[in-house]
Amino acid sequence: MSTPSPAVAALRSEFGSAIGRHFVSSDQTVVFVDRDRSHDALAWLKDAPGQEFNYLTDVTAVDYRDPERSLEVVYQLRSLHRKADLRVKVGLDKREPLEVRSVVDLWRGADWLEREVYDMFGVTFVGHPDLRRILMWETYAEGYPLRKDFPLRGHFSRAEQTRQALAANPEAHYSLEELSIADAYGELPKDMQERLSRGERGFLK
Amino acid sequence: MGLSNPATENRADETTTVSTMSPNWVTSRLDFLTNWARANSLWPMPFGTACCAIEYMATAASRFDIARFGMERQSFSPRQADVLICAGRLPFKLAPVIRRIWDQMPQPKWSISMGACASTGGIFDNYSMVQGIDTIIPVDVYVPGCPPRPEGLMYGILLLHKKIRGETIADEGLRVEKLVGPSGLYLPPERVDELSEPFGNSVQQTRSS
Repeated sequence: MSTPSPAVAALRSEFGSAIGRHFVSSDQTVVFVDRDRSHDALAWLKDAPGQEFNYLTDVTAVDYRDPERSLEVVYQLRSLHRKADLRVKVGLDKREPLEVRSVVDLWRGADWLEREVYDMFGVTFVGHPDLRRILMWETYAEGYPLRKDFPLRGHFSRAEQTRQALAANPEAHYSLEELSIADAYGELPKDMQERLSRGERGFLK
Repeated sequence: MGLSNPATENRADETTTVSTMSPNWVTSRLDFLTNWARANSLWPMPFGTACCAIEYMATAASRFDIARFGMERQSFSPRQADVLICAGRLPFKLAPVIRRIWDQMPQPKWSISMGACASTGGIFDNYSMVQGIDTIIPVDVYVPGCPPRPEGLMYGILLLHKKIRGETIADEGLRVEKLVGPSGLYLPPERVDELSEPFGNSVQQTRSS
C-alpha cells in the first residue's frame, strides 16, 4: 500500500539531484523537485513513455506558519489511461522572490489554476500568458489572502475595504469584448463554430 | 294625529340623497390609497448569491407562492423593480454590482436583507465579505436565519407591507436617494466600521489582529 510510485525512481534516474525527498501519504506519492528543473521534470512526466501524466488535476500551494519553511507549489498529476496519480511539489524559499516556471504550455488547464495561486499566494508563474488576479478584483491592494501572515479580516479597516470595493469599476477590467464569445469565434472548435453559425440559441447571424 | 314621525317626514329627502349617490366613488386618504397600491404590488428584484436564494426560490414557487402578496412578477431588470431582495452573502467583489443595481431602481424602492450573511456577514467574518449589506445600500427589513425558511421571508415581506402602509407622501425625505458621497461611501466611515464590528463568538477570534 505504501510503496512509492515507480515514477519517483524514474525521475531520479532522469534528473538526479534535482529530485528532492519523497514520501507516501494516504497512498499518494509526493515528490519534491527543485524549482529550476520543475518545468523540465513536469514536461518529462507528461510525455515520457511509461509516465504519460497527461492530466493536470490541480495546481495549488501551501504556506506554513514557520517563516523558515518554504512555500510549496503543488502539482497534482494524473495519467488518465494508466489510472495513476503523482503529486509533485516545488519548494520556494520565502526570503527570495516567489517564482516558478509556468506549465500552461504543457497543460492549457493550468491557466486559471496558476492565476488562482498567484491571486492567493503571490507566486509569480514565469511565462504565464495572462497572469492577473482571478478571484479578488483587479485593484485589490491588501496582498495575498492565503498567506499565513495575512490577517483573517485583511489589513485595512472595514470602512476602507468597503470604500475600495465600491470604487472598483468592474467594466474597466472585464470588458464586454472580453466576455463576448462573438469575438472569439475564430478560435472556437469547429463543431462549436458550426452550431453557432446555425444560429443556435439565437446567437450570431 | 298631531304627532309627526320624523322618520317618515324626512323620507323624501333621504330618497333624494340616495338617488344622487353614485356607486363609482369612495372617499379615502391619498396616503392610504397609494400605500395600499404600493404594498400589494411589490415587484421583487432577486439578488441571490447563496443558499438563501434556494429558500427564496421555494418562497416564490407554488407551495408558498409570493404571488399571494402581489409579487409574482420577478423583475430581472432593476428599472422595473420595487424591492431588492439580497438573498445570500455579499462579497466585496459584488459590492459595486449591488450598489449599481440599487442606483438603477426607480423610487419608490425598498430592500430586504435576507439571511444572516446579507444582514451581518454571518459566519464570513473575513477579508472578502461585506459585513452586512447595510454598509452598501439602505435596508428596510432584515430577515434573520441561516437560511431563513420561506415562512421567515414571508414574515419579512409582511413587515415591509406594514412599513409601507405607515409611510406618507408628505414626508419628502423618505424618497431621497442615499447616494455614495465624496467619501466613497453612503454612510460615514465610522458608521461602516461600527456596523462591521465583530460580534458574538467572532469576538474571540484572535488571529485577526
